[in-house]
Amino acid sequence: MSEAIARRRKRKEPGVPQPGSRPDTWWSLKRKAFVVNKHAYVLMAPYMILFALFTVLPVVMSLLISFTYFNMLELPTFIGWQNYSRLFLEDDVFLIAVKNTLLFAAITGPLSYVACFVFAWIINDMRPKVRAFMTLVFYAPSISGNIFFIWQMIFSGDRYGIANGFLIRWGIMLEPIQWLKTEIYILGIIILVQLWLSLGTGFLAFIAGLQTVDKTLYEAGAVDGIRNRWQELWYITLPSMRPQLMFGAVIQLTTSFAVAEVSIQLAGFPSVNYAAETIVTHLMDFGTIRFEMGFASAIATVLFALMVGTNLIVQRLLRRVGQ
Amino acid sequence: MSALNLSFRMRKKKVNRSLGGNILMFLFLAVTGAFMALPLVYAINAAFKPLDEIFLFPPTLFVRNPTLDNFVDLTALLGNSWVPFSRYIFNTVFITGMGVVGHVLFASAAAYPLAKMNFPGKNILFTTVVLALMFAPQVTAIPNYMIMSWIGLIDTYWAVIIPAFAFPLGLYLMKQFMEQIPDALIEAAKIDGASEYRIFWQVVMPNVKPAWLTLMILLFQILWGTEGNGFIYSEELKTLHFATNQIIQGGIARAGVGAAVALILMSVPITLFVFSQSRIIETMATSGMKD
Repeated sequence: MSEAIARRRKRKEPGVPQPGSRPDTWWSLKRKAFVVNKHAYVLMAPYMILFALFTVLPVVMSLLISFTYFNMLELPTFIGWQNYSRLFLEDDVFLIAVKNTLLFAAITGPLSYVACFVFAWIINDMRPKVRAFMTLVFYAPSISGNIFFIWQMIFSGDRYGIANGFLIRWGIMLEPIQWLKTEIYILGIIILVQLWLSLGTGFLAFIAGLQTVDKTLYEAGAVDGIRNRWQELWYITLPSMRPQLMFGAVIQLTTSFAVAEVSIQLAGFPSVNYAAETIVTHLMDFGTIRFEMGFASAIATVLFALMVGTNLIVQRLLRRVGQ
Repeated sequence: MSALNLSFRMRKKKVNRSLGGNILMFLFLAVTGAFMALPLVYAINAAFKPLDEIFLFPPTLFVRNPTLDNFVDLTALLGNSWVPFSRYIFNTVFITGMGVVGHVLFASAAAYPLAKMNFPGKNILFTTVVLALMFAPQVTAIPNYMIMSWIGLIDTYWAVIIPAFAFPLGLYLMKQFMEQIPDALIEAAKIDGASEYRIFWQVVMPNVKPAWLTLMILLFQILWGTEGNGFIYSEELKTLHFATNQIIQGGIARAGVGAAVALILMSVPITLFVFSQSRIIETMATSGMKD
């Protein structure tokens, strides 16, 4: 009798093959897990299917197409690393584009990031009404759509342009400058406009993050000998905001690598002597004008690697803030 | 979130603030604020300037003889366009409306399991979405065009609307916001016998209204400014921004009308932001990335 009970108990243990029932294979275990969590998958399905179709699949396709010659008319033919070797060894314009993109990213990325934080930090000290107003002033450019054409009027090449007009009137120069047609000025102007547009989602995240910092920490800090706002910033505010800092970094970095629209609107496409060519405009050149899809996909893949790689490195660095 | 407002009022006495520092901060903010605001101020003024004032030397920032001529010219210009202008407005409103509503529904439905349930594959799915935040949409433009043409959506509104449903930032923000809903609330509903779908619709959704609004505004900004992403080429399907860009690109003769158009276009998202600012900030408070 007791032997029979023991046998029955043993039978109920998981993992032991039971006579008369199918063994738990990897698939049947997966299926069981799926059935148990059915609701989760059903809720996620619509979004995830579209996400896979329009974000994940394109990245994979882009990677695959980059190893082929493909002109949208004939079937793609596999050509190995040729697109990449052509990109880095033969395409001089691409190297200009990479140089410009890295320059934009290296300047506008960190600068806009710091600007987002500093403005949010200063604004945070103000009374709520003033704070809401200043938030609007700083945030408005980034949501005004293609309003940046106004910069075209500011840097217009004749003397009716604002910049030329004032500089001539103040006697700083005598002749109007063709700002957007002179190589040495183009990059600076695009960086300026890009910075003007850059106080976006990251800025809002910082404002919000600053409001969630535990206020008692400041009082405790004052008791413990923190003497000015700079020490307070470094020892209390920044470490408390690390999650927002990381989110803001992703947003600012990704935008700073994707400069294209401003460059095209202000400097033209292509710009004078490719002075404002970026990786994205180069990609558009080959993808939408020359229809060399294999080559364009190689450019896209390089851009992808550059953006994601930089972001991951920055995430790793920020994780160490205040540790 | 009332705790958030409360903690604000509590901070009456400010520690560690020196007068010199305050003056320095104020000056810095005034200068940078002017840099941010002046181009917009100029744009607003330009819309009300008569043509001879736009091309005045030396240039002026503020309008001297304000006039509505530019807006009158604009309506005359719009009356002459080949496709009735109301059609462009309808196109943009339709694309924006459908995209915003669909995105809020899809992203919230996907965010709820990611925030509040445990199931195999959860981490990898969320990591993929976070990775998608790390690159710009231009990377996927070419394959996206091919996929669109396979599905047969080229030259329809849906080519712009459907990808907007699966915009990654919206899911990310919604998921982070949903995580702060107390588990007890969901447990209680479960004990009362509600199904997961009912919990989602009747318990979770009403509690994440600030996040809805944020997603709506974010997507509104993207779709309101869309020019069709290269998917739309029939004139009668083109968007408002496409039509107005052509006016702006009319050059010197259209400078005044261009400024008027820009003023009208930018006033919509800015007005929306003014009314939803506090809700958006509330959502962004949870936006942080955890290790």
